[in-house]
Amino acid sequence: MTTLHVQTTINREPAEFLCEPVETLLDALRDRLNLTGTKEGCATGDCGACSVLFNGRLVPSCLVLAAEVHGQEVLTVEGAAHGDTLHPVQQKLLEHAALQCGICTPGFVVAAKALLDHNPNPTEEEARYWLAGNLCRCTGYDKIIRAVLDAAESMRSDTREVTV
Amino acid sequence: MQPTRYEAPETLGDAIRLLQADPDARALAGGTDLLVQYRTRARRPVSFIDLKRIPELVGIAIDQQELRLGAATAAAIIYEDPEVKPLWPGLVEAAHLLGSTQIQGRGTIGGNLCNGSPAADTTCPLIVNRARAFIVGPEDERIINVENVSVSPGRTVLGRGDVLVALLVPVPEPRTADAYLRLIPRTEMDIAVAGAAVSVTLDEHGVCAAARVAIAAVAPTALLVPEAAQALIGSRLDEEALRRAGAAASAAARPIDDKRGTAVYRTTVVGVLTRRAALIAGARATSLE
Repeated sequence: MTTLHVQTTINREPAEFLCEPVETLLDALRDRLNLTGTKEGCATGDCGACSVLFNGRLVPSCLVLAAEVHGQEVLTVEGAAHGDTLHPVQQKLLEHAALQCGICTPGFVVAAKALLDHNPNPTEEEARYWLAGNLCRCTGYDKIIRAVLDAAESMRSDTREVTV
Repeated sequence: MQPTRYEAPETLGDAIRLLQADPDARALAGGTDLLVQYRTRARRPVSFIDLKRIPELVGIAIDQQELRLGAATAAAIIYEDPEVKPLWPGLVEAAHLLGSTQIQGRGTIGGNLCNGSPAADTTCPLIVNRARAFIVGPEDERIINVENVSVSPGRTVLGRGDVLVALLVPVPEPRTADAYLRLIPRTEMDIAVAGAAVSVTLDEHGVCAAARVAIAAVAPTALLVPEAAQALIGSRLDEEALRRAGAAASAAARPIDDKRGTAVYRTTVVGVLTRRAALIAGARATSLE
């Protein structure tokens, strides 16, 4: 089997790895780059646990071939925080205790970040629809949705402080 | 047998050559069907020919006559486009129904068509909007109506080396609007039990001058139903016309029983969806006056 050399940008830093032609981005992130924050749930694009941003767009990394990210940009849950400062979505998930087993959490962080990048003031319904592809079998979703809406509010007030 | 390969050609000519040279080559667009099939079935060696680096296959262009959707354009790019939504609300609705946000960021309009599922959400709205498929192959290029692309579940008219390059959708006539409805047993994230797309054109008196009806998941392919359209034409989309359109859609349906629904249920539901989609399309066309 041919081995491919992939050069890309992951979490704002240049990265490179070797992979097989059919290897998924999910497997390359976890097994080649030790970025194990991204989780495998279903491996068929149904559960959202492996969500990453690919050129800024929310995608399931289990349905992206690792070779496809050559020359492109990927953001994983490891890139959500800036240094020791958690992303507001991460901070609010903690404050609302919006996780139990935690397997779905990285996917929710990335998907919610994508939502708020795209729509800083989502309604509860918009947030629920946007996150419908992220499955959680512990929380019943309510705390997650509250945390995301709270994060949205805190991000909006931060922006106001900066612009004033 | 060749080992599994990944190729990302940057020209259409290279993609056609790669697809033609290897009988195991598969065109890869969003991968949301193809990679799942590869993983859950035989995993036999294939060549994935990624089409997303070919400029003609990606992006949206619109002029006074026509909308051109590159076949490898993701659903989310289509529904986020500010020019597409007002003219094709039904097509945008369907793109928004496709899988999850994640799948919409990845799954493409051309892939949804070429996967050949009779339940594909974007196919019926394309059909009612008279969309045509621009296909380029090793020998020639051709343009065919979208309703003629799929021939049976999972199979299309595309031959070895053929690439669906773009979908060409004429800009609608004045007072024309579309709508798409599907039934799934939950509120999100499922495959249609049945679906219906309707496009109507009203004249200046509010009478339906032209209509197209297409139905999903009730036959081996998406079906254009001229009898249902005929029931709407000449009417004011009154109750009797809607009833006859729904009955014509049900009569055209020849569904199967499966885990998502029985044939009887699908036949009934597709009539209801047709009626309701016609009402929505009519209200939208009226609001354009």
